[in-house]
Amino acid sequence: MKIVIINYGAGNIQSIKFAIQRLGFEAKLSDDVEEIQQADKVIFPGVGEASSAMKKLKATELDQLIPQLTKPVLGICLGMQLMCKHSEEGDTKGLGIFDVEVKRFSNQVKVPQIGWNQISKLQTELFQGVKEQEFMYLVHSFYAEKCDEMIAETSYDVAYASALKKNNFFGVQFHPEKSSQAGERILENFLKL
Amino acid sequence: MLTKRIIPCLDIKNGRTVKGVNFLDLRDAGNPVELAQFYAENGADELVFLDISATEEKRKTLVDLVLRVAEKVNIPFTVGGGISSVEDVDVLLQCGADKVSINSSAVKRPELINELSAKFGSQCVVVAIDAKQVDGEWKVHLVGGKVVTELNLFDWAKEVEKRGAGEILFTSMNNDGTKNGFANEALAKLSTDLNIPIIASGGAGTMQHFADTFKKGQADAALAASVFHFKEIAIPELKEFLNEDGILVRR
Repeated sequence: MKIVIINYGAGNIQSIKFAIQRLGFEAKLSDDVEEIQQADKVIFPGVGEASSAMKKLKATELDQLIPQLTKPVLGICLGMQLMCKHSEEGDTKGLGIFDVEVKRFSNQVKVPQIGWNQISKLQTELFQGVKEQEFMYLVHSFYAEKCDEMIAETSYDVAYASALKKNNFFGVQFHPEKSSQAGERILENFLKL
Repeated sequence: MLTKRIIPCLDIKNGRTVKGVNFLDLRDAGNPVELAQFYAENGADELVFLDISATEEKRKTLVDLVLRVAEKVNIPFTVGGGISSVEDVDVLLQCGADKVSINSSAVKRPELINELSAKFGSQCVVVAIDAKQVDGEWKVHLVGGKVVTELNLFDWAKEVEKRGAGEILFTSMNNDGTKNGFANEALAKLSTDLNIPIIASGGAGTMQHFADTFKKGQADAALAASVFHFKEIAIPELKEFLNEDGILVRR
């Protein structure tokens, strides 16, 4: 199985590579269009700011490639947010895979949300063997609104979509690679799709 | 609901854990990776590695440590100790660290906070503040308390937030090492004044101290070293205790 982690200079991707290694697989970091097209599983990570991340994607034409992929794709954190329609962060137009708006948490709560929060209303095989109200590690200031494509919900300030799915595209707001055994289970489920 | 976090802190010197870590059931308690794995398996929510070595190879050994930890440990971790440039941080994050903690370098050159949060996002910038109450005023201290600055804790904390810090790790030097509890009054003021998470550090001695700092101190996370390293408090029991006290923790 060829696993590719899209490398567009988006922060902590080493941790995802290591987590996949712990599961007994090997992943390759790549920004090469052909290599990404040929992968059986594609992971689209992201840490940082939306508009500058989007610029980097455009510079390498990955913004054209990603929505056209037909194999399972998993967006993580900012990766998931960039797969949405639009983000309030830097007023950024996203890839539009998920038909949902990304908004900022209000100042009623501490921003960013940093730490372990629960996921519920779990749907799809991505969460097979993962219990309702399981804890995941999250670090973010922006969130995807609840929508039809939601496959997991989390509450902080508001109830929001902490995971999304459409066709072969999955997105998770939390960091499965940093969420202990339960997170590794989710990654494993994705790799076994 | 977002949970309160429990964070063991590991002091590192030349790539090894120091400060009387007493773990009979570990093959090599001086090995930070083994110790980190032990804590991760026992319910620690995050880890902090503080490099206190002062050698020229320091940067290299820290990078090597980060790589080894990231390879084995499946919870988030922060590294700190002598980090003073964007380049330092870039390397550490690329090797798998989730956050970096800066202290003296932020006081010396506050723009560093802006630069780091602009380049890497505020979520990975922890500013550590060591402060001591002198004649009723909380003064920021440097170099493990040896150097006193003119900075007031609360003013500095506000500035740090404004410049883009994602979290503040506040160590009370009055409380550190006393095992008499955290500096909850100052912590509560920080938590009210600011809108970013506050990590309480210094003074942990009993499980009740943790409950107090989450309730009275309104801390978002609590950091401790020796009570965990010497097994005076086991994290699963601590979490059970906090849960029974109505404090939401990950179990």
